[in-house]
Amino acid sequence: MKVNLRQREGVTILDLKGKITIGTGDIALRNAVQDAVNGGATQVVINLADVSTIDSSGVGELVSAYTTATNRGARLKLTNLPPKITDVLTITQLITVFDVYDTEDEAVRSFAA
Amino acid sequence: MPEPLHVHLAIGSRFENIELVQIVLKDSLVSLGLEEDALHWIDIAVREAVANAIKHGNAQDPAKKVDVDLAIVGAELVIQVRDQGEGFDPGQIQNPLAPENLLKPNGRGIFYMKSFMDEINYGLEPGGGTVVTMRKRLPGLAADSEIGKAPGTGDLEGKQ
Repeated sequence: MKVNLRQREGVTILDLKGKITIGTGDIALRNAVQDAVNGGATQVVINLADVSTIDSSGVGELVSAYTTATNRGARLKLTNLPPKITDVLTITQLITVFDVYDTEDEAVRSFAA
Repeated sequence: MPEPLHVHLAIGSRFENIELVQIVLKDSLVSLGLEEDALHWIDIAVREAVANAIKHGNAQDPAKKVDVDLAIVGAELVIQVRDQGEGFDPGQIQNPLAPENLLKPNGRGIFYMKSFMDEINYGLEPGGGTVVTMRKRLPGLAADSEIGKAPGTGDLEGKQ
């Protein structure tokens, strides 16, 4: 999995591309979120538009990212969930835990609300 | 009617080998005419089973093998994943939907397997290790068809 980090209106956007699966993608996600939060990011959006597959390890890392950010006083939101990622989060009832937005614009604007 | 399917893979306990299983699984299921959506969910279930075998069963010891068998039995896809670990008690699996478990980073793999397949069974191998058997009814395959044979008589050996 590839991770691209960019800034937009004071919000840190992490663009993920590929598979968030055990052994590689899950670790890349963990490192990207930890680096962002350790670097002082307090508003983080994970863009999942180009994620093709996620397994339980990837879901676990999303949960860890959420708790890590929250515990450090940061806020983490998800956007552009492909339908299969939505399904995976829905059946484990995590879709209600995460702050999910249909578009990146909505996710970024939500921090100002 | 599809050709008989039986594939056996034996992989070393490395997470990167899950991709090898995925490639073979996809190739096999596409040949059966399975739709992309159905294939995706079966792929996730198999990923979880193989990942569990590598991580929890074989403790990521690359010298220990994970055996994967894919077969069509009647109108069902039957997938078996065997490890060489110490075995485990399925009764110890926690419910990932319980409020106290919802924010735990792990414990969802078997839940996903059960969600995406029609039937999941665990057993202990006589010589040690765990075998998980997953079944999925495949629309389009005639019930009680004669194709396929029981797993365990493999004809294609994967790399280690």
